[in-house]
Amino acid sequence: MSTRTITVDTLARVEGEGALTVTLEGDTVIDVKLKLFEPPRFFEALLRGRRFEEAPDITSRICGICPIAYQMSAAHAMENACGVRVDGALRVLRRLIYCGEWIESHALHVYMLHAPDFLGYESAIHMAKDHPAIVERGLQLKKVGNDVIVLLGGRSVHPVNVRLGGFYKAPTKLELAPLAEKLRWARDAAIETVRWVASLPIPEFEQDYEFVGLRHPDEYPFNEGRLVSDRGLDIAISEYDAHFAEEQVAHSNALHSTLRERGAYAVGPLARYSLNFDRLSPLAQEAARAAGLGPVCRNPFQSIVVRSVEILYACDEALRLIDGYEMPARHAVEVRPRAAVGYACTEAPRGILYHRYQIDEHGTILDAKIVPPTSQNQKTIERDLAHVVPKYVSLPNEQLTWRCEQAIRNYDPCISCATHFLTLTIEQASVRT
Amino acid sequence: MASRDRARTLVIGIGSPDRGDDGVGPLVIELLRERGDRDLAFLDHHGEGAALIEAWDGSAAVFLVDAVRSGAAPGAIHRIDACVRSVPVQIFHTSSHAFNVAEAIELARVLNRLPPRLIVYGVEGRRFDVGSGMSSEVARATDEVVERLFKEVDGSVREVSW
Repeated sequence: MSTRTITVDTLARVEGEGALTVTLEGDTVIDVKLKLFEPPRFFEALLRGRRFEEAPDITSRICGICPIAYQMSAAHAMENACGVRVDGALRVLRRLIYCGEWIESHALHVYMLHAPDFLGYESAIHMAKDHPAIVERGLQLKKVGNDVIVLLGGRSVHPVNVRLGGFYKAPTKLELAPLAEKLRWARDAAIETVRWVASLPIPEFEQDYEFVGLRHPDEYPFNEGRLVSDRGLDIAISEYDAHFAEEQVAHSNALHSTLRERGAYAVGPLARYSLNFDRLSPLAQEAARAAGLGPVCRNPFQSIVVRSVEILYACDEALRLIDGYEMPARHAVEVRPRAAVGYACTEAPRGILYHRYQIDEHGTILDAKIVPPTSQNQKTIERDLAHVVPKYVSLPNEQLTWRCEQAIRNYDPCISCATHFLTLTIEQASVRT
Repeated sequence: MASRDRARTLVIGIGSPDRGDDGVGPLVIELLRERGDRDLAFLDHHGEGAALIEAWDGSAAVFLVDAVRSGAAPGAIHRIDACVRSVPVQIFHTSSHAFNVAEAIELARVLNRLPPRLIVYGVEGRRFDVGSGMSSEVARATDEVVERLFKEVDGSVREVSW
């Protein structure tokens, strides 16, 4: 039987450095390897011995695209360790800054990285020649997300205003007013975005995932909630390690995550949406229905639509938060260290981001564990590919390769985040393909 | 260059100090800042392309410094007037970002969002591994880029193509 190999040496339009190899015998896929070969960066080791207040700023350096997610997970985990809960206007501001990150990150992916796949363009530059107004809208939407982060975070690149217990400086209500103006435009642009992506030619392809995400009693989740799945998982964040395992595989510098009992699972917009459709705002629900989405979405190629619905939700929610905002009496609540272990999971744009820290009574970090969303999705991406390839096996190599890359981009993988991890043998460190 | 224009002149250093020669952009910014020209705006940037288009919005002149990998000798300095000619996308793949600097420049060209003047300095790197430190060739080139930029911003040198 003839052997056919689909190879992508360097994946384009993903954050970080990765490659793909799919091996077929006849029409049967015998091997799929998503190879994340960006070198690991040992952030967890770097954190040991540092002060507990430093964790949000140190870990935010893991990713230039989603620094807020790292700051939020780190801050909540440390506050959990110290028995502190941040409420009221400070909690509102944390939700608001997360809205900014979702808008920015999702708009970049929808318009610049993913949409060209559906329309057959090599890149956003090529797409912009035919559709300049659409690409402009994407850039403007992204900028509004950026503006939220700049106002609350102090700057867009590695924001500095987030701290344990709240912020270094909370904005006045007046300072948020210009942001509301921009967000009203962005909300309309997001409605247009959902309509536009729903009109793209989206492949028919459904997968039987176990979706994992946060679930909050009242809200579409950002910073809080229980960790649930559509197959019965329903745990406090402190139980994460009892239910999830990380394993090394030779072909990736990022650990693969599995549910101990059931194996691969999916995190990210599709999971979040399918677990929390009833928590979306009425406007976002209406746009999703008009775009042809049900309350559960199992087609990863429709993630571009779900991401757009989440942009709309984030704009809508940001406006609601600004409307009800009153400046807090204090910029931050005091967080005193104690010898404890703290846990947090927040919903980064690409899915749940788990942080666990052990600190001593002086606030020195003794141990750290960080599990980013892309490492959790690696197995699911490989499983998607194992099903995508047979479906499109009659295509010529170039088109089949394109389809595989598109299937990977469904997850907006952030390889830079995924390869931050600590435990690594010499052999695996030298893996290069 | 008149003082009013200097105030709208932005120097952007792209890269990560943790990735060997990729740190050239931020180092150039640091050295220029030390010289203390209050009229210039500086930006130390990780190189995510779409954000760059936002960053130079409203600037009259932009000077951008980044590491490149074109096959030339390490430390070689490339100077490109991006308003006159396209930027070779493939040599700017030293960043791990999904949408890189050269792509941002070319997208801005398509959308008519290039600043009136955009000069790109590309410094040929030798190593980009995390924690590898800057090569001696690039360290030397850094000083030269700083000198050339300082003079160019003052308008005291005529433009030369590379």
